[in-house]
Amino acid sequence: MRFPTELKKIKYELEKHAQNMGLDFFPVVFEVVEFDEMNAIASRGGFPTRYPHWRFGMEYERLSKSYAYGLHKIYEMVINNDPCYAYLLEGNNIVDQKIVIAHVYAHCDFFKNNFWFQKTNRKMMDEMANHASRIWKFIEKYGYEKVENFIDTCLSIENLIDVHSVNFSSRTQVSESDADARIKVDRLRSKDYMESFINPPEFIAGMRKKKEDELAKKKEMRFAPQKDILQFLIENARLQKWEQDILSVIREESYYFAPQGQTKIMNEGWASYWHSKIMTSKALNDAEIIDYADHHSGTLGVRPGSINPYKLGLELFRAIEDRWNKGKFGTEYMECEDYEEKRKWDKKTGLGMEKIFEVRKTHNDITFIDDFLTPEFCLEHKLFVYSYNNDKNVYEISDREFRNIKSQLLLSLTNFGKPVILVDSSNYKNRGELLLTHTFSGAELNAVYAKSTLENIYKIWQKPVNIHTRINDIKVIMTFDGEKHETSTVQ
Amino acid sequence: MVLSIEQDLNRFKKIVKNKIRKDLNRYISHSELIGKKGKQLVRIPVNEIDIPDFRYDRNKQKGVGQGEGEIGEPIGVGEPEEGGNGKAGDRPGEHILEVEITLEELASILSEELELPRIVPKSEKGLTAEKAKYTGINKIGPESLKHFKRTYKQALRRHILTGSYDPNNPLIVPIQEDKRYRTFKLKLNPFSQAVIFLMMDISGSIGENEKEIVRLETFWIDTWLRANYKGIKTRYIVHEAIAKEVSRETFFSLSTSGGTLISTAYELCYDIIMREHNPLDWNIYVFHFSDGDNWSREDTSKCIRILSDNLLPISNLVGYGQVESSQSGGRFFDELKEEVISRDNFLLSRINSKEAVLDSLKEFFGKGK
Repeated sequence: MRFPTELKKIKYELEKHAQNMGLDFFPVVFEVVEFDEMNAIASRGGFPTRYPHWRFGMEYERLSKSYAYGLHKIYEMVINNDPCYAYLLEGNNIVDQKIVIAHVYAHCDFFKNNFWFQKTNRKMMDEMANHASRIWKFIEKYGYEKVENFIDTCLSIENLIDVHSVNFSSRTQVSESDADARIKVDRLRSKDYMESFINPPEFIAGMRKKKEDELAKKKEMRFAPQKDILQFLIENARLQKWEQDILSVIREESYYFAPQGQTKIMNEGWASYWHSKIMTSKALNDAEIIDYADHHSGTLGVRPGSINPYKLGLELFRAIEDRWNKGKFGTEYMECEDYEEKRKWDKKTGLGMEKIFEVRKTHNDITFIDDFLTPEFCLEHKLFVYSYNNDKNVYEISDREFRNIKSQLLLSLTNFGKPVILVDSSNYKNRGELLLTHTFSGAELNAVYAKSTLENIYKIWQKPVNIHTRINDIKVIMTFDGEKHETSTVQ
Repeated sequence: MVLSIEQDLNRFKKIVKNKIRKDLNRYISHSELIGKKGKQLVRIPVNEIDIPDFRYDRNKQKGVGQGEGEIGEPIGVGEPEEGGNGKAGDRPGEHILEVEITLEELASILSEELELPRIVPKSEKGLTAEKAKYTGINKIGPESLKHFKRTYKQALRRHILTGSYDPNNPLIVPIQEDKRYRTFKLKLNPFSQAVIFLMMDISGSIGENEKEIVRLETFWIDTWLRANYKGIKTRYIVHEAIAKEVSRETFFSLSTSGGTLISTAYELCYDIIMREHNPLDWNIYVFHFSDGDNWSREDTSKCIRILSDNLLPISNLVGYGQVESSQSGGRFFDELKEEVISRDNFLLSRINSKEAVLDSLKEFFGKGK
């Protein structure tokens, strides 16, 4: 555990500033690591110990190369855990470390207080290590390739969880399905020699059939489309115990990481807001101002064609603070039609600070944008919509209309910019086939990837897998039956 | 902290290698690799390595950006359509990811797949090179090379011997005699060097297709030999009715309408070897590519004479590749085959397409010469 005294002093100072300003965080364990360790940790999603998988190696290779070419540098990693773990890059100058430490405290405050993180496992560091040892156990028993192949299959659908589920329990329980329960048909009492007359076999068989049908119907009716496809598969697919266990490991980790995806803009915005506030009002000395400005502007720079979450989040928090300080909210303000008056509006309400703390507690990126992105904000920050021009093979600016910017931004955040997929039926065509539905929201699936994904789901479901979607604006069902792909149009 | 990222990294590399191995011919006939050298990274598309998921078609997506600009102003180029064209049919999904790999690695995969043996240099002719290694210790030397630990030990020993060492105040002061310095020792390493002669027929009958094949073939010959020898030189000779040595660039771009006298190239090659590459010091590789249409039977006999009397005895390997597109197919190949077949360092190969390059490489290097 490396954390030099020089930084320790800075840490105490910044910790005190952060607390005085109202941030509330888990204890933070800092550690200074070399760039190589940093890349290794980052390639495993921030955790030093995880189950073995080649994709971590691939990510590590990518990070190492782009670090070597000077394309990027990871200043800090912070892990949502109690205590929080934060890794700082060795060799950064003191100003950088100061900024990063302040930044980290705000992240920790966010982890601890934001609603969407409430259900995350705060002992994830340990849990990840447990997952690793579980998977190592399977590797010893079933062989490396077999386990790795199954993990690959599961990862293909790791995003198919219900991120808004309130009742997420990390321990997945496997319930006994009703189908296994014996179907009993009532018989009239009879003596042995009278049995075939009092309870004729055809009649009994008919009754059993009827009961079976009823049960199947009941099951079908009880079946509502669900988003947590991983849970569904754990409960219903014919998997072996170890396969179920791996699938639940993947699911659990997926749920752990999901809130970070749901609050990227807010979380980075919040951390940038506070590092800027703490640095400029408390922690900077005169000699450091240039370095600070350089680093800060690097973090907040924007490139055309992409949104910088640090920048967008930070500016939105500042805008909210400003509006609530000046009372620019509520019916009176909204209904005011005089632009000039609106601009100069200042009721001296002074509620800004209170408001942003409230926002960081209850919102996620989608509600954050939905509630607080205003036409004035879009104009001031020059937001635009871009779209793809087929003829020229370029992306071009297509719109600066507030309504469209907002809806596009919301769309790209919905479900992390991934398609929403539901499981619709486990007995499609009455043949036990799986039917998924892609909830169409304007963009089509990449058919190549969709096919490979269907192949992977087939490996788990072991019966034909279908997905209801659209291709070239036509409603279709794509099917993989274990051997070949088929696409059929539906009305 | 437990960090075993190397394990994951090696696993990833192994997976990439296996994927490449399965589809090696595609990479060998990939012209874009030409011009790369040993440690340089090449980006090659590898099938099915990333994990598929349900995702949107990127090129059809919209997004939000930030910054100046009029409506209609371009902000970025679209990606080329990925395989599959977004059409859904009955083909299995094939998704592609570009992976970076060094050319050396690719060459070693190539050799494993072709089961090419490591090349054994002609003979240990006792050719050696001196190499300095800082393994020695000396009493004199520059301060920058001071060996702290040894110096300290010497000083400590002296202090104890003279009785001036006080365990309660273990102050050690080295004097000049205590100082020890790192110094180099010369080591003699066996050394091997090689020269490759690449000869090509540039007469009128050689078209662009044939040149492309030769270009690929020579690129891989070069790469493979470079993976085996440290010091390597490549010399290029073109010929029609007369032969001359040219630079690498000219080698691939030159074309004339003259006739063909192959013997001129062999003569020039032998001449250069005699003048500049003493066969006792050099491993010599000679490759010749032509469409097999020599001017006369007489000249062919001359070629055979030069080969058997001059070139073959001093070379590790002489290879003749006949590049045959549809219409041509000269007799040179067969004539050589009849006459010089007995030599085991003489190899012939017919290459009729880019895809045949792989087999041809195996024919040339399969014996480990």
